[in-house]
Amino acid sequence: MTAPATLIRRPRIAPVWRRPLAIVGILFVSFWFITMIIVPFLPLADPLAQDFTPLSPPSGTHPFGTDILGRDVLSRTLFGSRATLPFAILLVIISLILGSLVGAIAGYFGGVIDEIIMRIADLVFAFPTIVLAMVVAAALGPGITNAVIALALISWPNYARVIRSLVLSARNQEYVVAGRLLGAGPLSSLRRDILPNVASPMLVLAMLDLGSQILLLSGLSFLGLGAVPPAAEWGSMVGDGVQQFSNWWLAAFPGLAILTVVVGFNFIGDTLRDSLDPRSANAVTQVNA
Amino acid sequence: MSHSSSSQHAEPAVADALPGSARSTRTSWFARPVVRYIGIRGLVSAVLLLGVTIVTFILTNLVPVSPITAALGEQAASDPATVAKFVHDAGLDKPAIVQYFVYLGKLLHGDLGTSIQTRNPVTQDLGQAFPATAELALCVILISIILGLGLGLIAAVRKDRFSDQLIRMVSLIGISVPTFWLAAAIYFLFFFVLRWAPGSGRLSPAATPPPRVTGMYTVDSLLSGQFTTFLDAVTHLALPTLTLTLFTVGMLVRFSRTAILDVLNQDYVRAARAKGLATNRVLFGYVVRGSIAPILTIVGLAFGSLLSGTVLTEQVFAWGGLGQYAYRASTALDLPSVMGVGLLVGAIYIITNFIIDVVYGFVDPRVRIG
Amino acid sequence: MTGLVISDLRLRIGQADILNGVSLGILGGEITGLAGESGSGKTMTGLVLCGLQPAGAVVTGRVEFTDSDRSIPNLLALQPREFNRLRGRRIAMVAQDPVASLHPMLTIGTQLTDHVRHHLRLSKQQATARAVELLERVQVPTPETALRRYPHQFSGGQLQRIAIAIAIACEPAVLIADEPTTALDVTVQAGILRLLRELRDDLGLAIILISHDLGVMSAIADTIAVMRYGTVIEQGSRQQVIQQPQTEYARELIAALPQVPPPGITTDAGGQPHPDAQPHPDAQPHPGVQPHPGNHPHSTRTGA
Repeated sequence: MTAPATLIRRPRIAPVWRRPLAIVGILFVSFWFITMIIVPFLPLADPLAQDFTPLSPPSGTHPFGTDILGRDVLSRTLFGSRATLPFAILLVIISLILGSLVGAIAGYFGGVIDEIIMRIADLVFAFPTIVLAMVVAAALGPGITNAVIALALISWPNYARVIRSLVLSARNQEYVVAGRLLGAGPLSSLRRDILPNVASPMLVLAMLDLGSQILLLSGLSFLGLGAVPPAAEWGSMVGDGVQQFSNWWLAAFPGLAILTVVVGFNFIGDTLRDSLDPRSANAVTQVNA
Repeated sequence: MSHSSSSQHAEPAVADALPGSARSTRTSWFARPVVRYIGIRGLVSAVLLLGVTIVTFILTNLVPVSPITAALGEQAASDPATVAKFVHDAGLDKPAIVQYFVYLGKLLHGDLGTSIQTRNPVTQDLGQAFPATAELALCVILISIILGLGLGLIAAVRKDRFSDQLIRMVSLIGISVPTFWLAAAIYFLFFFVLRWAPGSGRLSPAATPPPRVTGMYTVDSLLSGQFTTFLDAVTHLALPTLTLTLFTVGMLVRFSRTAILDVLNQDYVRAARAKGLATNRVLFGYVVRGSIAPILTIVGLAFGSLLSGTVLTEQVFAWGGLGQYAYRASTALDLPSVMGVGLLVGAIYIITNFIIDVVYGFVDPRVRIG
Repeated sequence: MTGLVISDLRLRIGQADILNGVSLGILGGEITGLAGESGSGKTMTGLVLCGLQPAGAVVTGRVEFTDSDRSIPNLLALQPREFNRLRGRRIAMVAQDPVASLHPMLTIGTQLTDHVRHHLRLSKQQATARAVELLERVQVPTPETALRRYPHQFSGGQLQRIAIAIAIACEPAVLIADEPTTALDVTVQAGILRLLRELRDDLGLAIILISHDLGVMSAIADTIAVMRYGTVIEQGSRQQVIQQPQTEYARELIAALPQVPPPGITTDAGGQPHPDAQPHPDAQPHPGVQPHPGNHPHSTRTGA
């Protein structure tokens, strides 16, 4: 009984970049991007060098402690950004291009092509993500490249579905029809009339997808199907760490690294989605239509 | 279903106005829209199941590691005669399509091959592991549905206010936490530091499992009246459930919030408000009911991601379910076992979604009555 | 005297002024037409009168409500809870799209009785009896069966009749009909308009008919108010507004009327629709035989 007169009440909404979630997200993401770029130039121990006393807890010299082989966990955690972020971004770009292409073809041409493509997408959806990724990665053999291939093979349907529905609705818009009547070919109408309108939803999807792809990639590494030792990779560091609970620092810091970067992407993606979503903004126009 | 029979005798004027689907055969049971609908959904699910077997078959044959070496070991694989016999026995010299049907035939007889790691038939291993995962997953999904949908409703109704912001932030964090790490963190905190919960496994080491009926310890212990075992099983369930609930609730909150916001913008909600009904009546009688279809879909999706989550969680808690089995199999590159898990989990997911479709068919009068 | 007196009603959402001082009198036993193009504020005026303006809207002005047993000096000053007691009971609304405004998963019976039971404290049996009466009143065939059925089993015209039955179920003093015929087939429109006119005469309802269609207005409205840019720019009796429009805008609107009058309206010698004209018998087909896209189970906007 909080709002009897109106089921939805809302305060004024601040611009995207001034909302707290987005600020936190941008902070986290930029921290990890900057780290990824500058980490080789920082005064850190070699992430692979087994130079120190194994399993020493966090201290002044090793703020995050050392691991079982005497490697510096702080250095490995910061270097871990290089084993995750580029691959996750690459992965999202691959599945975005693959998915957009496939989805655009399905939506634009329709008919049998559409039917076949979407049934394959259904099939991919029928497997829970990590299980399918695990199956593919196990078949391909461990390694970060194979993990990226495995995830790309199963991530495209998300994009394909969104692009397809956007293309389907855009295809019948009058300006597209008008363009076709004026003699624009299918490709040029895809490029000029349709692509600009699907760009922003795809951006949101990619943002939110980055977060889940990082989770999947590190999950595969945790399972031993992603990055191979001795690479400093967050998922496999957590995997090594959970074997020994008394040495909590082994898993805690790489885990926090995954958490912060994923939270960052998700906060940004969610805020973007909310501000681009017609549902959240149209109360005024809709009522007076 | 009482309505559907009465609707068959709808006065002709209106019946004629309905789209002409099989009106002439209204007496036969399979012409009933709900039966047709379930039939079609069942067919689609069956095709998907077949697709899943094709995928696992292709993947099994795509392995860079030769299946011969995998099955026979390095030693035997160097002997040409043994290899030739194996290739012939396993049908590897036949065309791929024939091999697939041989594979499918074996699947139908419950033969998923032999686990490289345990040397047991994969089917037997999966049968052992499945009830543990089912118990955990059911527990998580029930709690998550209640919490997730409730919080999603609150967030939607109080959109952009403080409670909405808070719920959204927590659910976003929930879907951002790496499950495998959260499992370890929760285990470390509640068992290792606080000692609030028992350690890993499904029962305390001293306890003996109850006589197997369903394989789910909580159910079986109650069935056999072993109350202490039941309590023990429940306390062991707590931590893995907590781990998986956070992610599942986060996912459900986000989807249900969107679904309910959609419904809140529907004309029929405004019409219900224009009738002057109490807010709660509008919310639960109209809004929640109107969002049943998307929410059912969401629950199906959440179930899928939950199954993924168990793969990354069970190892930490030594749960002994499909997840731990999959973890061990994949780290050991035990391909038959990995494919077995993939097949089983894919099948569970498809069957769950089929059940959800059926439920939807009975809930929505447009499908039920046609 | 039953009715509403709206004075200087203003509504603003954020920076946008939607209503800029609407003043209007609405009398019981009359149909007051609110005409205007989309964006003129006519729909918003209707929503404010129901207390259903969008969240975040700032409303000022005065709406005096009077019915047989009481008078409320200003609806806008009511607490939400008090307004909720009025809504659906004394002031009711019929929406434009009957397919979208009925819940697809609830029976007609439920949707026709829940507010009756809530407002009038009737038992289930009493409410059902009342619902049957109402469906008979709005000429929906076989009311007892209809109560057990779902919206998708009816045609659009039937659904609008049901929506009107829902609106008049608690015997309101004021009925706001927002484009009640726009979403319907032309052949069904006349029947709905005639029903509204009957309700005005039989129940003494004050009906606010919101429409962009001056043809509809000229058929049944007693007085017409023309809105533009959030204000009433012209108002008067139907004859006045249609035959001697005072403003340039109203003249343009009337000039834009097609020469063929809307169905069910016969015209007198002057070419103007005759107010008491009965519709042509063919224009009122048997209710229930209207095939309408809206009753296709997969075409509803509210669909899954």
